[in-house]
Amino acid sequence: MNGPILSWALPIALFLLGLAMACCLVRMVQGPSAQDRVLALDCMYLNGMLLMLVLGIYYGSSNYFEASLLIALLGFASSTAMAKFLLRGEVIE
Amino acid sequence: MTDATLPLWVEIIIAALVLLGATIALLGSLGLLRLPTYFERVHAPSIIATMGCWSIMHGTLLYFSLQGHSLAVHALLIALFVSITVPVTNIFLMRAALFRARRAGKNVPPSLSRTIAVEERDS
Repeated sequence: MNGPILSWALPIALFLLGLAMACCLVRMVQGPSAQDRVLALDCMYLNGMLLMLVLGIYYGSSNYFEASLLIALLGFASSTAMAKFLLRGEVIE
Repeated sequence: MTDATLPLWVEIIIAALVLLGATIALLGSLGLLRLPTYFERVHAPSIIATMGCWSIMHGTLLYFSLQGHSLAVHALLIALFVSITVPVTNIFLMRAALFRARRAGKNVPPSLSRTIAVEERDS
């Protein structure tokens, strides 16, 4: 469906994004402190969102856009809640 | 959904934008993995939210605009949303980490706000 250049470039981009997510996963597992793990999870949310956008180009379907937007929304909410928890020890006071 | 293939120059531009964005995402994540302390590490992923996200978003916008013969600005929504929310999250995380480092007695700059300074002096 895609032309000759995109059918080569998009799997490479998907591989690079997957590698980026693996780097974040390593940091999240071995992170020395709790804030490192939260930062790595936030970074992984961003990488997953970009992965969904590239998958949308790869399959030529705009349905992946909704998944990407949803990941962005939930990533913001969860990272903010985690940061609040690190700051105060409570999410909702 | 049309089955018309895109012209070659459009494919080259989209491939360059998407590969650039993916490379920048990998660089930001490598920085997150390699940098030694937390306060250096927190800088690295912000390149994903700015340059990486914007270039992949432009690739998506170009692809769907030329594929569907109408301007597909919905991809712009994600980039705008990310550009608003990521600084908020990063500032929250940095303040939380600074607070925890002060609590643990690490060598970090003292707080400029009065209440926490008084609380530290009393404790």
